[in-house]
Amino acid sequence: MILLLVAKRILIAFFTLLLVSLVVFSITSLLPGDAAQELLGQSATPEIVAELREQLGLNQPGHIRYLVWLKGLLSGDPGISMVSDMPVRDIIGQRLPKSLMLAGLTAAVSVPLALLIGILSAMYRDSRLDRSLNIVTLSMIAVPEFLVATIAVIVFAVQLRWLPSITIVSPDATFGELARAFAMPVMTLCFVVVAQMARMTRAAVINQLDSPYVEMAILKGARPTRIALRHAFPNAIGPVVNAIALSLSYLLGGAIIVETIFNYPGIASLMVNAVTSRDMPLLQACAMIFSGAYLMMVLVADIVAIVSNPKLRHR
Amino acid sequence: MNRVRGAGLVGLVLVIAWGLIALFGPMLAPYEVGAIVAPDVFERMGGAHLLGSDYLGRDVLSRLLNGARFTVGLSFGAALLASSSGAALALFSAISVRWVDETVSRLMDALISIPGKILALVIVAAFGSSMVLLLLIAAVSYMPGAFRIARSLAVNLNQMEYVQVARVRGEGRVHIAIFEILPNMIHPLLADFGLRFVFVVLLLSGLSFLGLGVQPPDADLGSLVRENISGLAEVAPAIIAPALAIATLTIGVNLLIDSLASGGRSVTDEA
Repeated sequence: MILLLVAKRILIAFFTLLLVSLVVFSITSLLPGDAAQELLGQSATPEIVAELREQLGLNQPGHIRYLVWLKGLLSGDPGISMVSDMPVRDIIGQRLPKSLMLAGLTAAVSVPLALLIGILSAMYRDSRLDRSLNIVTLSMIAVPEFLVATIAVIVFAVQLRWLPSITIVSPDATFGELARAFAMPVMTLCFVVVAQMARMTRAAVINQLDSPYVEMAILKGARPTRIALRHAFPNAIGPVVNAIALSLSYLLGGAIIVETIFNYPGIASLMVNAVTSRDMPLLQACAMIFSGAYLMMVLVADIVAIVSNPKLRHR
Repeated sequence: MNRVRGAGLVGLVLVIAWGLIALFGPMLAPYEVGAIVAPDVFERMGGAHLLGSDYLGRDVLSRLLNGARFTVGLSFGAALLASSSGAALALFSAISVRWVDETVSRLMDALISIPGKILALVIVAAFGSSMVLLLLIAAVSYMPGAFRIARSLAVNLNQMEYVQVARVRGEGRVHIAIFEILPNMIHPLLADFGLRFVFVVLLLSGLSFLGLGVQPPDADLGSLVRENISGLAEVAPAIIAPALAIATLTIGVNLLIDSLASGGRSVTDEA
């Protein structure tokens, strides 16, 4: 039963990813403008433009071009960058690990912090602490990343001179140097993610605290900490992991601003460059990576929700 | 409860203030938007220029009052478009035959699987960024979310007894959608509209901050942060003021929605 549900969910995810590729390709490729003309500029002779059109395969109908592109994407070769003339795979290969590292560090910091805040405010629901945390997290969600980043730079780089304002990672950096380099980007990314995750965790735990078995535990005299951690939290794990996965998927969007501000050589700033230089093959590949990662997060969230649901487990 | 009401009040005041600034800001501006009026760049606050001067020596307050119109206006329009088209599509989908509903829902699932900022970047790369296009981009990015919420509301309401009564009475599908279902989902849709507005403000100012949004000579609040980024090392008010302006706008809307939602609940709790 569970396997069937999970398999069905994975199948839907693949189908969705296919649709996403269709959307991304249609927007970027089936334009009224001509990529060859665009690339060569106004001064190019019609012969040269025609030759490049042939070379780029622009003379084929749209659906053939889509299939060729999709096949390349699936076999790990999404084409050649129009601007730098390098294979898109190599460019992304250099940048992707750095973005994953930033995301991983952010997750390692934000998840425990968010769980702590979420569980605390659920345990002391409607107390002064909970209400203040509510207002704080609500405000944190609404703050644009570049405000957080700017203030962080002003405080830690300009005033206190503790941290560098640009993230440069050399391969032979010591742990201290690494920590200093990553402190501000990670801090900025955590800011919004923690708030979102904490709010969802609070809702999930409160949902459990409202159920009859928790009332039973209260009546038999268990302490609040024990009730929250021993009784409610294990049952809230499904929804909480769901919340974590969904919040972390936000990292993908947040990374765009953060990588740009701190000049971090990740895949998000690569994508912004691709937009500015209208490097379509690179842009398409980046968009697919981000959408794929996002879909994977949502898929994990859904599968955890299915697997952790005891009603489904015992059927 | 007093504290929540207090925060909600702060939100309301902020929202009204920003609404007024968006409407009348350009009239209140002490200087011309593009005029270079200060003797020095990145001047401090106070004196002839309340918020100092920017990287060219223009009056920051005047540019802020003018920029707010773009941020608030564009975001309001885009959020309105996203919410209304999402709701309309959801109603259409909920009352249609099964395969139409399935097709529309799957398509929306695909659109929602492209993170808003990524979709926006792809569209900007393809079509450039004019005002109209930015409005459409933001609307398209946040329409699927509005659709999803409106559809789940509509599907639930569609099962209600009074809707079934209307169906037995022989009312047409369109009548049921507009006169039976829609009036009962307006309230949650309004709260969702507020959230979408916040998302759109963050998206558009993010794009402008990257230099991909509102293009010069026009400038929204995000562009103001971008163009003054060189004042960061001097802690110039020219870069902090517009960033704070965006934050107060979005935080205000968020606090207001939150207190409306919990305020409604507390009334029934007390009754």
